[in-house]
Amino acid sequence: MATQLPGAGRPAPRRGRRFGWPLLAVLVSWGLVAGCGKAPEPAATTGNLYLELEPTVGTAPLVLGPTLYPTGNGEQFTISTFKYYLSNVKLHRADGTHYAVPDSYFLVDAGQPASQHVALHGIPAGTYTGLSFVVGVDSARNVAGAQTGALDPVKGMFWDWNSGYIFVRLEGTAAASATGRYKYAIMGFQRPYNTLRTIAPAFGGATVAVSPEHEPEVHMEVDVQKMFVGPTPMRFATVYDSEGGPTSVQIANNYAAGMFTVEHIHPN
Amino acid sequence: MSWLRVGLLACFGVLVLNLLPAWRTGLGPTRQPVPGAQLPRQFGQPVYAPAQNPPERRAFELGRQLFYDARLSADGTVSCGSCHQQARAFASPERLSQGVGGRPGLRNAPALQNLRWRRTFFADGGPKHLETLPLAPLTNPREMGTTLPAVLAKLNADSAYARQFAAVYGQRPISSYQLLRALAQFTAALTSASSRYDYHVRRAAGGRFTAPERRGQALFRAKCGSCHATELFTDGSFRNNGLNRRFGQDSGRVVVTFLPTDRGRFAVPSLRNVARTAPYMHDGRFGTLAQVLAHYDHGMVASPTLDPIFRGPNGRLGIPLTAAEQRALLAFLATLTDEAFCRAPEFAAPRPSPGGKVRAAVRQPGIAP
Ligand code: HEC
Ligand code: HEC
Repeated sequence: MATQLPGAGRPAPRRGRRFGWPLLAVLVSWGLVAGCGKAPEPAATTGNLYLELEPTVGTAPLVLGPTLYPTGNGEQFTISTFKYYLSNVKLHRADGTHYAVPDSYFLVDAGQPASQHVALHGIPAGTYTGLSFVVGVDSARNVAGAQTGALDPVKGMFWDWNSGYIFVRLEGTAAASATGRYKYAIMGFQRPYNTLRTIAPAFGGATVAVSPEHEPEVHMEVDVQKMFVGPTPMRFATVYDSEGGPTSVQIANNYAAGMFTVEHIHPN
Repeated sequence: MSWLRVGLLACFGVLVLNLLPAWRTGLGPTRQPVPGAQLPRQFGQPVYAPAQNPPERRAFELGRQLFYDARLSADGTVSCGSCHQQARAFASPERLSQGVGGRPGLRNAPALQNLRWRRTFFADGGPKHLETLPLAPLTNPREMGTTLPAVLAKLNADSAYARQFAAVYGQRPISSYQLLRALAQFTAALTSASSRYDYHVRRAAGGRFTAPERRGQALFRAKCGSCHATELFTDGSFRNNGLNRRFGQDSGRVVVTFLPTDRGRFAVPSLRNVARTAPYMHDGRFGTLAQVLAHYDHGMVASPTLDPIFRGPNGRLGIPLTAAEQRALLAFLATLTDEAFCRAPEFAAPRPSPGGKVRAAVRQPGIAP
């Protein structure tokens, strides 16, 4: 025996525990066998659907840098960072059913134009009358340990000491702020300061037909000004930092009330 | 029909693959189990079950190496092991932890033990998962002061690490996922359940309590056990135990929940190995356990969130403890030390040290290196 392990060669304590592992493995495997045994479903026809997310401030296109924009509350600001998570995408049908796009987590970054073009692959062919998604990352994934892809903490959207994802990050300068800068990190998934919001922008009677032949694109506008106007007007003079808590909830309520609108749908 | 056959074959494959790690971790006739793979029954169901990151020897060794590697920090001087010292059940003897450039931290570095059973971490319960927790010390300017991309760049530039990670995780380059999973292999393995108290409970050899220890145990159950509950010696809650009137310096749980009723509440710590983990409380204000008991007896100050347990009749605060009771409690608390845990070579810095060095611990008489 090369090394004395903690727990090894001690008086009597853990007899019986050694069988825990193989037993678990057998149970897990049995579960998988049972799962595999089901008759495979016939391959359904699928297609692709694209979401185009165009950031704006009011009616002006959003440009990162020194461009000054009005908040709609009498203050002005510039934007250096605008990023947000869009997740748990669902496509709704006229009959009230929906298709939930599996494992759909996207980080949309105004500094990375490609990220504003979200591709949804393998969507069952059919006609959809609506779309919904979560702005942020559902509570389960916030506490699920190390993640990859869009949720990789290397993306700079993971808050470490009060752990969880930053759902929306908006930063820049504002003369009205006491520091001349502002930093909104909208986060928090636990009550009473849960900032997760599900958004269902209206299609306005339009439909989206997904099929192997058609790759429709839903073009949305994402109006940052809506973070400042809405149920609780935000002013940099009072709130120039938000890192979860009551102000984050107010900002989330603001953007839930109309930041995302469907501008048009290309049937393609 | 052929699909079904393929499916069944795949299932059989999965079954075999499932059994392989089980054999490696638990059953190998010639191999030692990976540290921490066996869970003491008395702690109940773990929050972070082994199945979530199956203990595997090479991954564990990689995690251990990372834990002791000061190169991960901004200036190459501070490793996890600098603050979390094995001889002290992975706590720090410094009142406030010291990070890169000798920068003082805001809290005392606590013991690392039995982390699999924790729902939240830190005195305020901010971190909620063992795997993502290292992001906090790595990036805290008062601790390791670096960034995740910088750490990954360093690891990927090191051919030995690149080889080791590839051997465990297959894919290159080394990702944050691989780094965090490897560190969790080590931290999750830090199971401490072999103190004299444990032998006593199991009625095993060496577990006979002296009369003061027995008295201390009964006192502890009656007066401390409501918070320092279960075999883990914590109920996992956040309480105010009367340290401050206002908590201006560190307001505790409220920074996480934003709830005024959480001001001054801190995580109830486990008291396993407590004789080794001085100084005490989130700010390391007490140097000895005797001082802690004096605090419970007569040192408490009132604040709106003070735990009601500590409000006695006639406005008396705290838990009255006679001198004899305090001696008995000290005797009992000393039985919670797990010598084997604090000395296990499996958890010590690997030799030769992978770079930098573990900051020399202040030697205390009676503590093995
Ligand atoms: C500069 C000192 C320092 C370094 C370096 C350090 N820690 Fe810590 N650690 C602390 C302090 C202080 C706390 C308590 C933090 C709090 O309560 O807010 C802590 C808490 C923890 C906890 C939670 C313990 C509990 O009971 O809640 C874990 C786990 C942990 N550290 C692991 C690590 C790992 C892994 C590393 C290396 C990546 C590391 N630490 C590096 C000082 C340090
Ligand atoms: C109402 C709950 C409660 C009760 C009852 C209680 N404690 Fe504590 N104890 C705490 C909390 C909370 C802390 C951590 C405070 C902090 O970190 O600032 C703590 C910390 C400690 C510590 C310091 C541990 C460390 O590693 O820093 C010791 C030792 C301790 N308690 C012993 C006792 C003893 C002995 C009793 C009984 C006489 C007792 N406690 C009763 C809640 C309680």
